Amino acid sequence: MNSPIKNTRKMQESPIPTPTLPLKGRGFAVGDAVAHDSAHLHVSGRATYADDVREPRGTLHAAIAYSPIARGVLRAVDLVDVLAMKDVVGAFTAKDIPGKNCYGAITHDEPFLAEDRVEFVGQPIAIIVAKTRDAARRAARKAKFDIADETPILTINDAIAANSLLKPPTIIERGVPKEAIARATHSVRGECEIGAQEHFYLEGQIALAIPHEDGQMQVIVSTQHPTEMQQVTATILGIGWNDVVSEVRRLGGGFGGKEVQPAQFAALAALAAHHTQCPVKLRLDRDDDFLITGKRHDFAFHYDAASDANGRLTAFDLTLSSRCGFSTDYSHQVNDRALCHIDNGYHHTNLKVTNYRCRTNTQSATAFRGFGAPQGMFAIEHCIESIARNVGRDPLDVRKANFYGEKTGLTTHYGQAVEGFWLPQMVERLEQTSDYRARRAAITTHNARNPIIRKGISLTPVMFGVSFNASFLNRGSALLSLYLDGTFVLNHAGTEMGQGLFIKMQQIVAEAFGVDARKVRSTTTNTSKLPNTPPTAASSGADLNGMAVLDACNILKARLAPWLSKVLQCEANDIEFCDGVVTSKHGVIFLTMQELATRATFAKIPLTAQGFYYTPGIQWNGETFSGKPAYYFAYGAAVSEVAVDTLTGEHKVTRVDILHDVGKSLNPAIDRGQIEGGFVQGMGYLTSEELVWDGKGRLRTHAPSTYKIPTAADVPEVFNVELWDQDNHVESIHRSKAVGEPPLMLAFSVWFAIADAISSYTDSRAMPKLVAPATPEAILRAMHAARAAR
Amino acid sequence: MNAVSTSIKFLLNGAPHEVADLDPHTSVLSYLREHLFLTGTKEGCAEGDCGACTVAIAELDGVDRLRVMPINACIRLLPTIDGKALFTVEALSMFGESGELHPVQQAMVDCHASQCGFCTPGFVMSLFALFKNDVAPSRERICEAISGNLCRCTGYRPIIEAAQQATHSRIAQSMRANESENQIVDKNNLAASHPFKLGLEIRSSSSTWLHCAAADSNAPAARDAEKHIAKSLAALQRNSALDYRANDARFIAPRTLDEFSTLVETLPSAWILSGGTDVGLWINKALQTNSTILYTGEIAALRKIDIHQGALTIGAAASLEDAFRAMNQHYPELAHVWTRFASWPIRASGTLGGNVANGSPIGDSMPALITLGAEVVLRKGAKQRTIPLESLYIDYKKQSREPGEWVEAIRVPARAEGMQIASYKNSKRNEQDISAVCAAIAMTIEDGVVTKARIAYGGVAGIPKRAANTEAAVIGKPWNETTVRAAMQAMTNDFTPMNDMRASAEYRMQVAQNHLLRFWHESQDEAASLEARVF
Ligand SMILES: Cc1cc2nc3c(=O)[nH]c(=O)nc-3n(C[C@H](O)[C@H](O)[C@H](O)COP(=O)(O)OP(=O)(O)OC[C@H]3O[C@@H](n4cnc5c(N)ncnc54)[C@H](O)[C@@H]3O)c2cc1C
Ligand code: FES
Ligand code: FES
Repeated sequence: MNSPIKNTRKMQESPIPTPTLPLKGRGFAVGDAVAHDSAHLHVSGRATYADDVREPRGTLHAAIAYSPIARGVLRAVDLVDVLAMKDVVGAFTAKDIPGKNCYGAITHDEPFLAEDRVEFVGQPIAIIVAKTRDAARRAARKAKFDIADETPILTINDAIAANSLLKPPTIIERGVPKEAIARATHSVRGECEIGAQEHFYLEGQIALAIPHEDGQMQVIVSTQHPTEMQQVTATILGIGWNDVVSEVRRLGGGFGGKEVQPAQFAALAALAAHHTQCPVKLRLDRDDDFLITGKRHDFAFHYDAASDANGRLTAFDLTLSSRCGFSTDYSHQVNDRALCHIDNGYHHTNLKVTNYRCRTNTQSATAFRGFGAPQGMFAIEHCIESIARNVGRDPLDVRKANFYGEKTGLTTHYGQAVEGFWLPQMVERLEQTSDYRARRAAITTHNARNPIIRKGISLTPVMFGVSFNASFLNRGSALLSLYLDGTFVLNHAGTEMGQGLFIKMQQIVAEAFGVDARKVRSTTTNTSKLPNTPPTAASSGADLNGMAVLDACNILKARLAPWLSKVLQCEANDIEFCDGVVTSKHGVIFLTMQELATRATFAKIPLTAQGFYYTPGIQWNGETFSGKPAYYFAYGAAVSEVAVDTLTGEHKVTRVDILHDVGKSLNPAIDRGQIEGGFVQGMGYLTSEELVWDGKGRLRTHAPSTYKIPTAADVPEVFNVELWDQDNHVESIHRSKAVGEPPLMLAFSVWFAIADAISSYTDSRAMPKLVAPATPEAILRAMHAARAAR
Repeated sequence: MNAVSTSIKFLLNGAPHEVADLDPHTSVLSYLREHLFLTGTKEGCAEGDCGACTVAIAELDGVDRLRVMPINACIRLLPTIDGKALFTVEALSMFGESGELHPVQQAMVDCHASQCGFCTPGFVMSLFALFKNDVAPSRERICEAISGNLCRCTGYRPIIEAAQQATHSRIAQSMRANESENQIVDKNNLAASHPFKLGLEIRSSSSTWLHCAAADSNAPAARDAEKHIAKSLAALQRNSALDYRANDARFIAPRTLDEFSTLVETLPSAWILSGGTDVGLWINKALQTNSTILYTGEIAALRKIDIHQGALTIGAAASLEDAFRAMNQHYPELAHVWTRFASWPIRASGTLGGNVANGSPIGDSMPALITLGAEVVLRKGAKQRTIPLESLYIDYKKQSREPGEWVEAIRVPARAEGMQIASYKNSKRNEQDISAVCAAIAMTIEDGVVTKARIAYGGVAGIPKRAANTEAAVIGKPWNETTVRAAMQAMTNDFTPMNDMRASAEYRMQVAQNHLLRFWHESQDEAASLEARVF
């Protein structure tokens, strides 16, 4: 991986006459706060999303007709009225699928279109194609289904009672939890629910399928997983993967909701395109998007735990249940990840976890930023907080007493050695910079005086394992080409969904070749350029593809080195790429990138390099629940302060301080954006974002009018974000760390600050009976319970 | 009735634009995206709740002034744009040298305020409207201006910062203020090289005007440009009704009350359309249509707000934004509800008459209006009658309006001496959310005894409703906690709240009672030193 060619950006050391240089000074490579590659396009409305691609002439539009019943036998489908509607071209059901009617993230247990059973309200049964989208939507509502309905299984409790599980409970046992709890001088019992969350990507699900000659199909899909789209298109049509091209330039948000969820829409658009031999666009209305697609798993948990008088956890016996919906999707991986994250920086001695994965007649729960980790982490934080209240110490002190360390232990409950663990130092620093202790004292005084507004504060940590647990997915690939005019074009396996992946990748090329990152062109993510790619997920986009891009750069440079050392009359080691030219350390000869490209081509050197990377040294055994699933850990901590209105249960976050570890940042502006955005998304998850299903399994909150993600005023005016400046201890791309998911969990501090405020009714001695999301109603309820318990 | 119009005319990004043969139910958003391929404006929800579709409209304000407002293109019907200037995100940077960005856009780039970018054009347009309306807005005002824009990626902090930067940008201000006629001519030349050869002069005026912040609105160059656009807008004004027909549907925008009233009476099944912030959803979500749409928005008399000795007569078609501003002058205590009412673009399109006529049990203007003793002026044909607002609402979706009778105005009486007023709204989210409970309380307390009380609530019954038992429990009683607690108990006889995804019946009742308690707390002397609200 190490190229013999060194590079530098330092102008002053270069003997090259300045006037001829195309670029002055540095500023656009690794470590710089370069703007998002598309920022100027976003603000001017020129960034092209799937729905903005000019439709080919004759494009038809599709809409989905779906089940109004949560569970039952689908006896008949009547589309007569549908077909009679104006401008309708066709309507297709499971019977019209030439290939296979099944897909899924890992287990292929979902039909594209329901065949003989329906399993949730919103399950697609038919796809209607018309000349306009409006006509298709109107017609879809005319579909008639004869369904013999059965009693649906909707909740975690329903499912456990009916033994409706994806697999028998997963049980992990370490040490002697039962004995330890029985023996303990201090023990607590707790329970909580943490609700589901809708991704609410601003751009809804969309797929455009364009039929091509000889049975080939092109799909343009808003997806984090182009290869999956290629696969399902091939599956539903019964054609080879080599007959399908799937591509995407950018997504209007993904968050995990565009990993497997778009597969159904890509496949259905392709099915319609296949039958009509016209391009077909399927763009979901927001309500349909809510009703059809999967969400974050909601969890319920209860535990018994024991501690010593200082709050040091001695045993934890946790039952953790998740609602997985009607199919498997990523539910096993999500639950595994939840179980891996029930440490969140704390050492477990005696541990038992019983984990139920419930199959219910609801949308199939799926990937969502954090991927189970939030739910697992939330359970342990709830427990630590209960212990703190029980032993009468500040929760922060109890957190500190439980961190991994020489005294407690440095091995996780799944057997991974904890290395590079600087979370305690970070917490120490944040405690100081946020003035935690003084504010805690001021809050106590306030609460004693004010009958209406109660305040609370909380500092919560984050320890997040980076890598897919499924080791084989931890691979990146890249394709870098230098054109004759000296410009670079870059393609890699990752998709751009706002996280700034493309600009980071461009910065890596810029660093390697001493060019301006903004001049490196990133193209669409396209399965015909780089095949067999994993999804852009698990925060891994920059880690995996960044290394692959660097590999491609190094391959290209190594290939050029022998020839360049002749041209520049220097040792290969002395070749330098900087400020848009290549030169030698001490020489006077230099080539612009254009000259380099042209002359290298004359020298018959290929200017395209393919880079590849896989994460070394990680492995995972799901059976024994042990291994080294994480290449490294990313850390963070946040302090939030809230004011709660005791008359309505409404609250306001008044100040937030965050310290977050991104290793050596590839781009501090982009990273800060991920931290703040993740935090606010997490805050919504735990406060205002409530999904409500009724007793028949119908989702009642299916649009932004009823499902409330945070708005600008919910963001505190004092919102301090600091990056922890320390190189990753393992060799990652330029020693940076992944940043996509970890910051979401920083928002725990908001929920625990609310809990802290409520706890003030019990002199901070009881953990309130608060659920997540902490809606005004949930808060008011918990407050009444706390008052009654006083 | 006047001659049938075959087309709708407006200014699109500065140039005159004419539309014919387009179904009148078509939204501004569909027209832009699907017909003109102006895809900068996005659809995120099609129900006015996400702001991805935000565009700006400018209307003539007096002779040669323009008034800029953000609107949700997804629920605004295209024919309502007739005679107005519509600006989309594309306009902001379409004239400058090599796509030079507007100060708002540049600030968004500089502050790293876009990630996936899908919400961004909407934010840009809301901030553009702010840039044209407010000089150096506070952080609070900025948040209020973008409360209708959702962003799932950034966490908003950089967007708020961009707003501050753009609207406070001294460089932009001084530069624009000094821009001379010559520079306008330069821009004109520049526009000449633009691929669209339409309306060059007006385009260049648009450019100058678009780039001029509110602070510079009186700079000579800015005034010239504004006058220029105003002139082209004036040329589009009709002095008789627009009667536009296409696709078997008809959109009529009369200019006078009489005309309108006659139409409502003779076409009983037609839809009355005001801001369309309710009607737009029937079209987009329920897929409803109507062969005739009668639009109130072009009747000048219906948009007027008269203030006479402290009493307000608010024309039914006055925008919520205008109505609330006017009421704020006299009843500043209501601002709490007004700022939490929907979002700026919804308040700019939506009307007070629409809110009252729609009569939703969770409509937010009615509790306050009822509490103040407002009356509603109803009209049928030439006949007018005025009734207390509360008597308009009989039962869920049932009003005392006769067929053919419509809302002409809302009358808010002058402020009574010594009256204490408060309004409270609460919902799952602070901003842009539908109320769980909305309350308004007006009380007169003399020598420690309650002498008058009017209390009205939304969200706790099938209609916006007065709390008769609660009122009775306080009137004539000493104003103390015992009375308040008794009144809270009496309130259980006033309301039977609903249970839904927004809130349970118990929660609604509890909060309804607590609002009264808060009112009592706030009326106490120590209230000044007491923090009693989080918002
Ligand atoms: C995103 C969003 C947020 C919202 N938030 C709130 C909120 O916080 N609080 C709240 O109270 N409402 C809210 N609303 C509802 C809506 O904005 C209000 O009800 C608005 O006041 C309706 O006015 P309009 O002019 O848009 O009415 P329209 O949609 O034009 O019409 C509404 C109804 O009234 C009838 N109508 C209109 N004008 C008259 C008239 N003069 N005479 C007789 N009938 C008439 C129409 O035929 C129709 O039945 C929200 C709506 C949206 C889309
Ligand atoms: S598309 Fe969401 S407000 Fe218009
Ligand atoms: S940048 Fe993605 S929604 Fe705002």
